[in-house]
Amino acid sequence: MASVHSDTPSCGDPDKAGGLRSAAGSPWGAVALKILVAGGFGAGKTTLVGAVSEIRPLRTEEQLSELGRPVDDTAGIEAKRTTTVAMDFGRIDLRPGLALYLFGTPGQDRFWFVWDELAQGALGALVLADTRRLADCFPSVDFFEQRGIPFVIAVNCFEGTETYAPEDVREALDLDPGVPVLLCDARRREDGKELLIRLVEHVATRR
Amino acid sequence: MSESMSIEDTAPEPLAVSAAEPSGLRPPEEERWFDDEAGPVVRLFSMTRGRVRPAEEGLFDLISLIRAVDQVELFGAEHALEPEQHAILRLCRDEPLSVAELGSYTDLPVSVVRVLLGDLHETGLISVIRPVPLAQLPDERLLRDVINGLRAL
Ligand SMILES: Nc1nc2c(ncn2[C@@H]2O[C@H](COP(=O)(O)OP(=O)(O)O)[C@@H](O)[C@H]2O)c(=O)[nH]1
Ligand SMILES: [Mg+2]
Repeated sequence: MASVHSDTPSCGDPDKAGGLRSAAGSPWGAVALKILVAGGFGAGKTTLVGAVSEIRPLRTEEQLSELGRPVDDTAGIEAKRTTTVAMDFGRIDLRPGLALYLFGTPGQDRFWFVWDELAQGALGALVLADTRRLADCFPSVDFFEQRGIPFVIAVNCFEGTETYAPEDVREALDLDPGVPVLLCDARRREDGKELLIRLVEHVATRR
Repeated sequence: MSESMSIEDTAPEPLAVSAAEPSGLRPPEEERWFDDEAGPVVRLFSMTRGRVRPAEEGLFDLISLIRAVDQVELFGAEHALEPEQHAILRLCRDEPLSVAELGSYTDLPVSVVRVLLGDLHETGLISVIRPVPLAQLPDERLLRDVINGLRAL
């Protein structure tokens, strides 16, 4: 059983948003959740995070040694050259004391350990698919399947691209029948909202 | 590298927070064997005293929520703080902020923020809420809250 703070205010609070300060009861009823936004380069991850977030999109960085691992003690100050992995993220205040953080995942090839950290405790993931380069999202799909993290496929409909039926994408990605496949425009806030709702509903069905 | 917006193989950028701060506590010779380019790295090193991990590992998840305890000035412990630690305390004084947000607003790598937070935590200057352990089964009421919150956006 997942533990949730027992003083979590009940749902339907009309006084939504307003930051994490004003949680009913103590300010420490605050709960933060995390959803990942994955997909290949240029699929629209940063765009979607920005479109749906209430704060301007933020970036945070992990510093890595040149070996591609988090710097360790021996690296010390001699490690002048470090690799910086930047993550775009945003925040949505769902109601007082309940914030949803969206993290765009960094490039898929070298930074799996960053993904591992990001994925830990994640509620689920949106995987953005660009039909011009559908194979680019295979690694994301594999990653979430292997870890049992619920995800939905968001087919980003760029202009001038052929429109595919969701079922074609499902087949091409060899998805389980239960995985939702949705068409979207990552620039539209309403689409982002809908994707997140469908994802959380999908998470709920897996209970 | 494929993703130029997200991944850079460069030395860290100069730090806005540290640039204006006096560095009177450090003897200048400590910095001599570094060229100018290494400046930010030296500053990061000094700030964390070379440590790369906070004492309590796992406490500072990217979405752990940090808040400065009330009336920080009563503690007197803040005298020994780095300017960046003051900045962190200011940021999360009125409202809890995630570790990721603190990293973004201070322009510091998360690994450095974690070390600074570790000190603040040990001194009792911040309190921390770890994320909900979701395990496999997130609470139904929580999920309903999330869906309702999203619909209401
Ligand atoms: N036409 C169109 N362009 C988009 C859409 N989503 C993203 N873009 C554009 O595609 C480019 C790459 O998007 P970005 O979010 O940076 O991709 P990321 O690499 O996955 O973060 C940007 O120039 C966006 O403006 C969309 O739904 N439709
Ligand atoms: Mg991006």
